[in-house]
Amino acid sequence: MKILVCISNVPDTTTKIRFAPGNTSIDIAGIQWVINPWDELSLTRALELKDDAANGIKSVTVVHVGPAASEPTIRKALAIGADDAVRVNAEPRDAYYTAAQIAEVVKKEQFDIILCGIESSDYNGSIVGGMVAEFLGVPSVSSVSGIKFENGQPVMTREIDGGKETVTVPVPFVAIVQKGIAKEPRIAAMRGIMMARSKPVKLVEPVAVESLTQVLEYEKPAPRAACKYIDSENPAQLIGLLQNEAKVI
Amino acid sequence: MSVLVYTENWDGKFKKLSFELVSYAAGVAKMTGSSVTALSVGRVEDAELKKLGDYGAAKIVNVNNDQLAVFDSQVYAGVLADISAGKGSKIIILANNNTGKAIAPRLSVRLKAGVGSGVSRLPLNLNPFTVYKRSYSGNAFAHMEINSDIKILTLAQNSFDIASTPNTATIENTFVTIEASQVKTVVKNVEKQTGKMLLTDADIVVSGGRGMKSPDNWGPIVELADLLGGATACSRPVSDEGWRPHTEHTGQTGKIIAPNLYIAVGISGATQHLAGISSSKYIVAINTDKDAPIFEAAQYGIVGDALKVLPKLVEAVKEIKK
Ligand SMILES: Cc1cc2nc3c(=O)[nH]c(=O)nc-3n(C[C@H](O)[C@H](O)[C@H](O)COP(=O)(O)OP(=O)(O)OC[C@H]3O[C@@H](n4cnc5c(N)ncnc54)[C@H](O)[C@@H]3O)c2cc1C
Ligand SMILES: Nc1ncnc2c1ncn2[C@@H]1O[C@H](COP(=O)(O)O)[C@@H](O)[C@H]1O
Repeated sequence: MKILVCISNVPDTTTKIRFAPGNTSIDIAGIQWVINPWDELSLTRALELKDDAANGIKSVTVVHVGPAASEPTIRKALAIGADDAVRVNAEPRDAYYTAAQIAEVVKKEQFDIILCGIESSDYNGSIVGGMVAEFLGVPSVSSVSGIKFENGQPVMTREIDGGKETVTVPVPFVAIVQKGIAKEPRIAAMRGIMMARSKPVKLVEPVAVESLTQVLEYEKPAPRAACKYIDSENPAQLIGLLQNEAKVI
Repeated sequence: MSVLVYTENWDGKFKKLSFELVSYAAGVAKMTGSSVTALSVGRVEDAELKKLGDYGAAKIVNVNNDQLAVFDSQVYAGVLADISAGKGSKIIILANNNTGKAIAPRLSVRLKAGVGSGVSRLPLNLNPFTVYKRSYSGNAFAHMEINSDIKILTLAQNSFDIASTPNTATIENTFVTIEASQVKTVVKNVEKQTGKMLLTDADIVVSGGRGMKSPDNWGPIVELADLLGGATACSRPVSDEGWRPHTEHTGQTGKIIAPNLYIAVGISGATQHLAGISSSKYIVAINTDKDAPIFEAAQYGIVGDALKVLPKLVEAVKEIKK
């Protein structure tokens, strides 16, 4: 079996977001770019599955749709342990465009399991994974918090309201992963960093697809009113405010 | 032309979320001069279905096929695609939750319809069609244009006020043809809690962080949540330590919630935590450190030792509940 992990390149999650003049994009000065946290965890899980030879996983490939500037993120994924990478040389214009590009990569190379994160921390779309599956006409399982192999077959845990289900679908499929998929992201070791330099990154040009959405402008969240402090000796006052002022209890 | 809204029920009863979705759809229908068709899947009594009319649905389509008992995103997207085509829906609304996130992208590709996910306001503009959506994990909001003919919106939970706009809705029981072989998902096992309130549905959430020191100190957090009719939550280190179940962890890598009231006790307010709770209507912070970032997000704050403050709060709530 071959696994494909979709990775998105996002600002480090502690970044203070500022906008470029005109507010049509963010100001990228000084931003540290990282692998989207979910994608880092799904890569980790893919590698854990490959480590167990009984699972019969031949390779773990990462795919990224993005310009040359995001190469360091791809190298990081290779340093963590991915065998090879594909970069679609294009700005990820919107989810539809991006998913169409990833689907094209899958059509050419045939992967059995495609892992996507539940959400990119920049676009917050939660849509690319499901779109890839629909472009390919293959099953998708969302809210996946666990994946393992039983008798050579992938078995997933998915979160549902108030609980979880154990499910299977035939390969090839897309799993859209979230919390629980792996405990801690795997860290690149020195040896991995050295080896990453010689691992192949295949460059493919994008196919022509339109985008269906476009950000016109960004704004900051409305500033919250300053905090009102209540004396710690008299917390009953808080309850009064919540009841009569905020009217939430 | 109609606005199609996908509702969800929990053991045959609509979740609060569904009323919120229908209220939102009614707002969109008003803007676009159309009417609301609500879609309900599963076994729901007519009297319950009619409730959707109270929030503005003009038509209620009820689909109750056996093949829909297992949630298969491909099959569900197909049902929505068929029904929206039948109704000529140009705008389709779902919740930005597990189900909505599973269906919306597939439906998008099928209908070539752009998705505005996690919208928290009515469209800002109809021409170009512009939605207001969360981005950068809550650190920014985007005005995003959707330029396809059909548009799909997923509504951020608890972001739109439920509004009663009584309508006598007609119920249409529809049967859709689904071949058993189309259902690719096989469910081997289900573990489901019953009775307990869902964290994502709760209006009030009391949440504890590492400042609570030990799992043995959780008594007053649970008691306060119970007294207020709310749910309990926690920060990530707390669930990582096994002090509380993983289902309670809120934040960027946990659940994203937006209750009316979020009480953060002994939580510092790291950006990754705030990413999961910053859409709450009111945030209360209780922390010994007056410089903790949680106070920047809070409207009400108590600088003090949670272990001393909490019992007093419990007493005060008991007093008003008398
Ligand atoms: C990629 C990534 C994703 C993450 N995702 C999440 C996430 O989803 N959710 C999440 O919560 N975290 C997440 N984190 C972790 C996050 O950065 C913080 O480490 C975490 O939120 C801190 O938890 P805390 O506030 O409970 O603990 P601490 O930061 O240790 O804060 C404890 C607080 O309690 C206060 N305190 C101490 N004693 C008392 C007392 N007696 N009474 C009252 N207050 C007291 C202290 O002043 C302090 O402010 C993530 C981190 C990374 C890197
Ligand atoms: N530019 C990209 N290249 C590769 N994968 C991506 C890209 N953007 C998003 N993804 C994948 O899609 C998931 C969800 O992204 P989104 O729909 O933007 O929230 C991410 O976690 C990635 O797995």
